[in-house]
Amino acid sequence: MTRIRFQQSLEELKEQLLRMAGLAEQSIQRAIEAYRVRDLSICDLVNRSEMAINRLEREIDQAALDLLAMEQPMAVDLRFILSVIKINADLERVGDAAKAISDRVRNMEQMAQADLPVDIPRMAELAAEMVRKSLQSFIEGDADLARAILTLDDAVDAMNRAAYKALTKVMEEESHLAPQALNALMISRALERIADHATNIAEDVIFWVQGADVRHHKSLKTAPDPHAMG
Amino acid sequence: MNSGRTTLRDEHKLRAKIRTLTDGLATGLAVLATVLVVAPLVAIFIYLVYKGAVSLNWAFFTHNPVPVGEKGGGMANAIVGSAILLAVGSVIGIPMGIAGGIFLAEFGRGTKLANAIRFTADVLNGVPSIVMGIAVYSLVVVPQGHFSAFSGGVALGIMMIPTVCRTTEEMLLMVPNAVREAALALGVPNWRSVLSITVRTASPGIITGCMLAFARVAGETAPLIFTAFGNVGWSEKLSEPIAALPLQIYVYALSPYDEWHRLAWAGALVLIVLIVLAVSLVRYVTSRGVLKGAS
Amino acid sequence: MGVGIEVTNLNAWYGTNHTLQEINLNIPANHATALIGPSGCGKSTFVRCLNRMHETNPIARVTGTVLIGGLDIYADAKPVEIRRRVGMVFQRPNPFPTMSIYDNVAAGLKLNGYTNHHVLDEIVERSLKNSALWDEVKDDLKKKSGASLSGGQQQRLCIARALAVDPEVLLMDEPASALDPVSTSKIEDLIFQLKSQYTIVIVTHNMQQAARVAEKTGFFLNGRMVEFDSTHKIFTNPTDKRTEDYITGRFG
Repeated sequence: MTRIRFQQSLEELKEQLLRMAGLAEQSIQRAIEAYRVRDLSICDLVNRSEMAINRLEREIDQAALDLLAMEQPMAVDLRFILSVIKINADLERVGDAAKAISDRVRNMEQMAQADLPVDIPRMAELAAEMVRKSLQSFIEGDADLARAILTLDDAVDAMNRAAYKALTKVMEEESHLAPQALNALMISRALERIADHATNIAEDVIFWVQGADVRHHKSLKTAPDPHAMG
Repeated sequence: MNSGRTTLRDEHKLRAKIRTLTDGLATGLAVLATVLVVAPLVAIFIYLVYKGAVSLNWAFFTHNPVPVGEKGGGMANAIVGSAILLAVGSVIGIPMGIAGGIFLAEFGRGTKLANAIRFTADVLNGVPSIVMGIAVYSLVVVPQGHFSAFSGGVALGIMMIPTVCRTTEEMLLMVPNAVREAALALGVPNWRSVLSITVRTASPGIITGCMLAFARVAGETAPLIFTAFGNVGWSEKLSEPIAALPLQIYVYALSPYDEWHRLAWAGALVLIVLIVLAVSLVRYVTSRGVLKGAS
Repeated sequence: MGVGIEVTNLNAWYGTNHTLQEINLNIPANHATALIGPSGCGKSTFVRCLNRMHETNPIARVTGTVLIGGLDIYADAKPVEIRRRVGMVFQRPNPFPTMSIYDNVAAGLKLNGYTNHHVLDEIVERSLKNSALWDEVKDDLKKKSGASLSGGQQQRLCIARALAVDPEVLLMDEPASALDPVSTSKIEDLIFQLKSQYTIVIVTHNMQQAARVAEKTGFFLNGRMVEFDSTHKIFTNPTDKRTEDYITGRFG
């Protein structure tokens, strides 16, 4: 087997990305936990992870750039490095979304508890599962597993739309609960964004493994675009 | 163990000294070998000049031999005769030799015929020149019934063939295959490529081969004894016997006359000088056409 | 103008060595097609079958059909005729060492009997301009020998020499492998320009070069053609694993 050093560099790049993924997943878990138990110390942990995530993002991009410049990668290697760069960006945004959730939790701490008609924990569970599965498909180079994730996104989108409807109704009819409702809405949006990023990661895995560009399959749907709301 | 560092440095110094000595010794031996080879040549030439220059005068180059006892006389006819014999020999030997070389290198490579030709050429090269003379005597002089310049030229020509042929072959083989391919890839027929490209590229070497053959036969005496035979006067036709410098020198040197001995020395000097001049002239003329930077 | 090349069931032997096996492909006209593959895979042999230079080796043998511009080059034409229509540039520049630059470029014409000086002058100038060498040598055309130029210039001289006989196809066997990067770039730019007038087939070890100049690429391995497709596809997502192993360097 030739190009041993290059192979090792590719392995190292993969490991770096997986470390980044670990941090991102951890941030999601912590943010959801903070929401569940309303513990501000966990929010602090999320903030600190954010810095680590940003630093890793820069390192991974630099390593990928070096490999592109020095090793003239072709075909599958080229697609792999390109996917790593994109997944890198998606993971960083996942970290941002987790931080957004943790900020909302911090905000809600000062408010009274409210029973809102939205199942945040369920949404969070789905989104987290999507992220976990998409990273699993990356680790194993499994395009079929990646494709399965693409369909899960619809469920999360539906839950987000339902949350929008329910929470706007709450804000109209029980205006004293408006602050909590607004925060819940933003958390729901953040979770929906996390699910989108998981979808992107899955699409990038399919591109790497099969060379097929399956992005923007959603643009073929005729349902109202949930991204259009404020 | 003794103090390692100091001993190592001394050892290096000693080795360096031995190396320098060996280098000097080898260079010295090489120079000595060269001197040993060149010295006899130089000695001969100096001796020739010493012995021969005194007898050189205008008459030597313009008069024919005169009977013993008479004053004057020269080797004009021998000089011209040698020139004619060499011309005839070249006309016979050079084209055949070159054609043979071209065949061996370009058209017959690896064939049995080529091997046979090469073998024959090598054998021919080894034939003693006296035997060559006798052979041409039987083949040309006897049927014709008389000695002649023509038969002398034939003998010399045949002797030139092996050298010209082998050198031509070697020089052609040295032409890189890339040059041949370049010509063929242009859609040039093979025969045209061989003549216009390959032979032309090898021509400096081929010419050298011809000059080597020329210089060698210019001094041959034995083959001329039974063919050209010699002549005291001018020859009018190629079918007449003709004088030649080496032949004349041979006859005069063996004679009991001092006057003729002196003429022989002069002849030998003139022979060598003429050969050198001829070769240099050819070199000069052919190098005029060479372009800047050409190989 | 260039012509297309259709190769059907081409097999080639050197003695008993079956160098090319069942090669089938169509090389499009007025495009550059690259042939890649490891050493000894047969790509050079293949290219030499296209102008019958393969036959200069006495133990060479060919079966199958090669149509160049519709003409069956083995059944319906002689080697000498084909080689005037299909030019070749070799790996190591090989200008004729005893000839001037002018004579080198004009060699293909002069050796085939053209003697009209005006016509030759014009063709030499046009060929040298087409091979981007004119400006560098126009003052020394008859004074300098072909071998006195630098490596990159010599190769462009060889290209001019090949172009002077006005071929329809230009075969290039690793034309830049002996040259430095700057000369290589010049040759590649040249190929780009020549594409519009000639059909170019370029054998190369350098995959980045194939990617830079050729629209189509063929991958040869052990005497067979494994894959032939657009250069884009071969280098981003080849179909055959062997192709992928080769271009990613995982061979062996």
